[in-house]
Amino acid sequence: MAVIRWQTGPGEFPESASDFDRLRQGMEWLLDSFGSPSPGFTSRVFPSINVTEDKDYYYLRAELPGLRSEELDISVVGNQVSIRGERKIPVEKGEFNYHRREREDGGFRRTISLPMEIDSDKVSAEMKKGILKVTLPKHEKTKPRKIQITANK
Amino acid sequence: MDAKEMVPQEKKEVKRTGEEMRPGPVFIPAVDILENQNEIMILADMPGVDGKDVDIDLRNDILTIRGPVSPVEDEKEVSVYREYSWGDYFRQFTLAEVIDQGKISAKMDNGVLRLNLPKKEKVKPKKIEVSVS
Repeated sequence: MAVIRWQTGPGEFPESASDFDRLRQGMEWLLDSFGSPSPGFTSRVFPSINVTEDKDYYYLRAELPGLRSEELDISVVGNQVSIRGERKIPVEKGEFNYHRREREDGGFRRTISLPMEIDSDKVSAEMKKGILKVTLPKHEKTKPRKIQITANK
Repeated sequence: MDAKEMVPQEKKEVKRTGEEMRPGPVFIPAVDILENQNEIMILADMPGVDGKDVDIDLRNDILTIRGPVSPVEDEKEVSVYREYSWGDYFRQFTLAEVIDQGKISAKMDNGVLRLNLPKKEKVKPKKIEVSVS
């Protein structure tokens, strides 16, 4: 009789687990690799961006800890905002060994299309506490104009 | 530009234990932990946290870092597109080394916390002279 070994993937489980457990865990591992995204899935791009608006402006925010404004490149064309940059993590002086290395560095680039056209001449940006905030004025010509209704006498 | 492309990471959310102070999600900051002969250094990404609001607690070898975030969006702002949520940062570590608490230093720069934990100087064993009569 052939002995079938289940491929179980990352993570061990105790020997005492039943065959049924093994089957279930094997299936779950397969689903994680190839199946639908798990709940709480977010867009897999960096940096994550939030956009808010009020009457006259769009506000674009991104979390970019450790980035200096000189390391960022922001450009606006029509209604598209592009953010480009590179995060560099400096090597610490002092002959350190790493126990954990979770923070990522490297290049990134994102382009967001906004619903309305932007007045690119008046865009401003600031970097504070590691959060980039880009203030984008809505273009005058696309802002809804109040239309006067003349009453017929 | 041949710079290495960043691998995106989702913000890791803390599982609620029911002991939190404020409502809303709480996130685990990404950290680098470094060590040399003299100190342990922790670098934590906590964008939106002000240096004066960071809370660092060390007792019974457990180091707790709390980074509260104050709201950045004005009341009149309406959400158009949202990829991430705001929330405080929280993380705990168990330290294997004894730390000289009086010499801990912490600095917040552009959303990155730099925490220096100098190790307590090991007391040198005293040589015991044995007199021979």
